[in-house]
Amino acid sequence: MSLLVKQPGLLSLLHDRGRFGQAKLGLTAGGPADPLAANLANRLLANDANATLLEVSFGGLLLLAQQDAQIAITGAKLPITIDGQAKDQWRVLTLRRGETLELGFSELGCRSYLAVRGGFSVKPTFGSTSTVVREGIGGLNGGKLGAGDVLDFPKLEPVDFCWLPPQQRPTYHKQAILRVVLGYQVDDFSSLDQQRFFSSEYQVSDRCDRMGYRLDGPPIPCSRTGMLSEGITLGAIQVPADGQPIVLLHDRQTIGGYPKLGAVLSIDCSSLAQLRPGNSVHFLAVTPEDAHNAVNLAHVFERSRRIEAVPR
Amino acid sequence: MKLQSAGESAIIAYLSETSSPEVSAQVQALGKALRPEMGTTLIDLTPSYASLLISFDPLQTDHFQVGELTRACFADLDAQTLSSGRLIEIPVFYHPDAGEDLLDLGQAKGLAWEKIVAIHSEQEYRVYAIGFAPGFAYLGDVDERIAAPRRKTPRQRVPRGAVAIADRQTAVYPAESPGGWNLIGRSPLKMFDPGAPEPMPVVVGDRVRFRPMKREDFLNAGGTLR
Repeated sequence: MSLLVKQPGLLSLLHDRGRFGQAKLGLTAGGPADPLAANLANRLLANDANATLLEVSFGGLLLLAQQDAQIAITGAKLPITIDGQAKDQWRVLTLRRGETLELGFSELGCRSYLAVRGGFSVKPTFGSTSTVVREGIGGLNGGKLGAGDVLDFPKLEPVDFCWLPPQQRPTYHKQAILRVVLGYQVDDFSSLDQQRFFSSEYQVSDRCDRMGYRLDGPPIPCSRTGMLSEGITLGAIQVPADGQPIVLLHDRQTIGGYPKLGAVLSIDCSSLAQLRPGNSVHFLAVTPEDAHNAVNLAHVFERSRRIEAVPR
Repeated sequence: MKLQSAGESAIIAYLSETSSPEVSAQVQALGKALRPEMGTTLIDLTPSYASLLISFDPLQTDHFQVGELTRACFADLDAQTLSSGRLIEIPVFYHPDAGEDLLDLGQAKGLAWEKIVAIHSEQEYRVYAIGFAPGFAYLGDVDERIAAPRRKTPRQRVPRGAVAIADRQTAVYPAESPGGWNLIGRSPLKMFDPGAPEPMPVVVGDRVRFRPMKREDFLNAGGTLR
């Protein structure tokens, strides 16, 4: 059972939830940049939460079905056609043998997720199938999808035709408010610069990728010169000498020696990873306790999104 | 030890402001003690020179609990945990043909290249951290006499196995990559082999000694010079 890649798109990567527990080898976590949208694609197909799916950044993907398949596409809004017929996101779709699935270019947000019933069959490396291009690890051969790649999947009983009702779907925007837990070297930033940071708008620069999003806005210099490299968490806000903050995401290096003033909440990293150059963000400081509650509430909220039978 | 928040689901324990073999051993010991205590609440541990990043599952635990646990584990660390780590030998072919910066470094330091080799290979190093790229082990501390800053312009391509110096750190490049360190030799040893049961010959906390090897031994061991 397989899909043939006719055209890989700009950046399409195979991912499960990520590679954890390997930081000691210098291996980063990887995993979907927007795990919320990725989870929903797997849930629509009653897949395991760790099933391997495709993260399609910016779109442009063309696949040929070599057997019948059930698929679901979530995340950033983009046009979808099967043999030229327009189809919807956020629902189970049937792809018949010989049909061509096309994902156009993303219109709002930039990361879409394509899951197949049963998940793509990929041999895990260091406990995960997630592709980290910089490390040359995961996916089919350590790199992004290429034309001619064959995506295998198991033959399973089909699921019912379900969808995520429109009012339950995540929405995508051109700006985001990013909640921040202060920490790391925050004491080495003056209180004036911290105020400036939390009261200014920052723009997503064109240097943004799965490793990190570099932001343009008022510089926030750090008084600290020289520090020992240390572990970097998801969402860490790193400030190099030029004072322009970089929010580090899933493919970040495991350790680094630039000062950091804290970290963006994981759930808000999902929103950030959907932004494109020119979009804007504001930062909002929250206490670790509020952050903890927010993350737990978000988890409960995610579980409350109801997958339903498509109304006739 | 100082605990600091590192985001919604991580804290970082700073064991010292500076690095030393003793601090590095403490970082290792703290990680070892925490792992079983935290069980499934632990997502990952990232040890470095003088700190340990502890990433936890926010659905199972919180900053307070992990902080308390870390303090308790730290208080229980005793002198016996200052274990010395394993001693790993890394063979190196040191020669201007294998280390493109060896002659320049000698000139900058006023030493014959053979003397640089002697200084580099006569001491033991400690694996302080692994990062930057998979399998890239930061070893210290390099003797002041041969310590040198990174090159102003990094190389586009440093070969796999290149042995290099940056400030008081030394490393073996695990894969071909760009890099700005000063190259002094080459090792045939694979520092990162994703397919092997033990993908890296060293772990953080190990001790390392470089053993000079002859050109023919280097070539016989699979080393290449281009």
